Amino acid sequence: MRDAPKPFWSPLAAGTALGLALLLTFIVTGHGLGASGFVTRFAAQANDWISPQATASNSYFGPFMAAGSPLLSWITWEVVGVLIGAWLGAKGAGRISVKVERGPRTSSGNRLVYALLGGALVGFGARLARGCTSGLGLSGSATLAVAGFVFLIGFFAAGFAVSMMMRRIWQ
Amino acid sequence: MSIPLYDSGIASGLLSGILFGYALEAAGFGSPRKLTGQFTLRDFSVFKVMFTAVIVCAVGLYVLRTMGWMGPAAVFIPTLFFWAILLGGVFIGAGFAVGGYCPGTSVVGVASGRIDAVVFAIGMVLGTSVFAWVFDPIKDFYLAGQGPTAQTLPQLFGLPEWMILLALIIIAAVGFRLGTILERSRGGPFTAEEVCAPDDEADEFALTSANARG
Repeated sequence: MRDAPKPFWSPLAAGTALGLALLLTFIVTGHGLGASGFVTRFAAQANDWISPQATASNSYFGPFMAAGSPLLSWITWEVVGVLIGAWLGAKGAGRISVKVERGPRTSSGNRLVYALLGGALVGFGARLARGCTSGLGLSGSATLAVAGFVFLIGFFAAGFAVSMMMRRIWQ
Repeated sequence: MSIPLYDSGIASGLLSGILFGYALEAAGFGSPRKLTGQFTLRDFSVFKVMFTAVIVCAVGLYVLRTMGWMGPAAVFIPTLFFWAILLGGVFIGAGFAVGGYCPGTSVVGVASGRIDAVVFAIGMVLGTSVFAWVFDPIKDFYLAGQGPTAQTLPQLFGLPEWMILLALIIIAAVGFRLGTILERSRGGPFTAEEVCAPDDEADEFALTSANARG
């Protein structure tokens, strides 16, 4: 019998901690937190491994490669930090759970197909929006940027609409 | 010493990331069921945590500026490109509902053992690559509807900042109340015990709570 995991923090406590972490990031760096910026740099690097010439001449990835070593950036260290911080928290609270997490009516195989498809939509959307839920939704909105709130409107509207169409995946 | 420090070093990245990851994990955001529970109205954690964080940070920045410790344009404020940002938000909302994560939370999912989060991350790299390959034909759309540089809500509405902050606090308070009522009526919110259980037990959990709800 394994030990029961410790409960999650209340949303108010976790949100306050997240807000203070974000404030500290603004104070130290002058900008907020992000995540998709790392994915962009990793994708540029991965494309470069496969086809250096096509990547260098690509109008979106080209500038990243021309600047040299796209992965040597603040956002890479921040994402490494997220891995460490989340792992420490999950480990300390007994919340590490190695599995394919899915709804009770969805097979693991289907869940992974949905994960890949959803990931692709999110990857494309984050480049279109110039940021993701962290960079625009959270950090942008914390500066009261109009861009952050326009992003959140699109995010929540589509989330509810698609979730209603595909309710069976999770329930 | 002036604020911000504009430090983009390794230590600053690691520190911000560790705090960010720790807070997201503590909120339960390594679990795709807890995250997507927002859109089935069973778990309002995404709304509650996000709004709380936005308000705490926005009030903090407001105090720093009001006390004169930080200049008015000292931090990065994104500029609106209406159509691309709205549609980008739509894609991310749709992908989140289908795939179970957003970019930041997928990293938390990977760190807490979720195999589906690894696959989601591979999907993000593919989606990002597709965007780069089609960037030239969609460039006009990408740049359409540009707003004033770094425009904020107080500037858009012509209202003082404290009034906007107060409005956000009121919206958050109403959302908290409404959310708690809705999630209770749907057998939520998801607990750590429920989302961290191995697969067979997780199915049992779901069935038991479905029966409990009638």
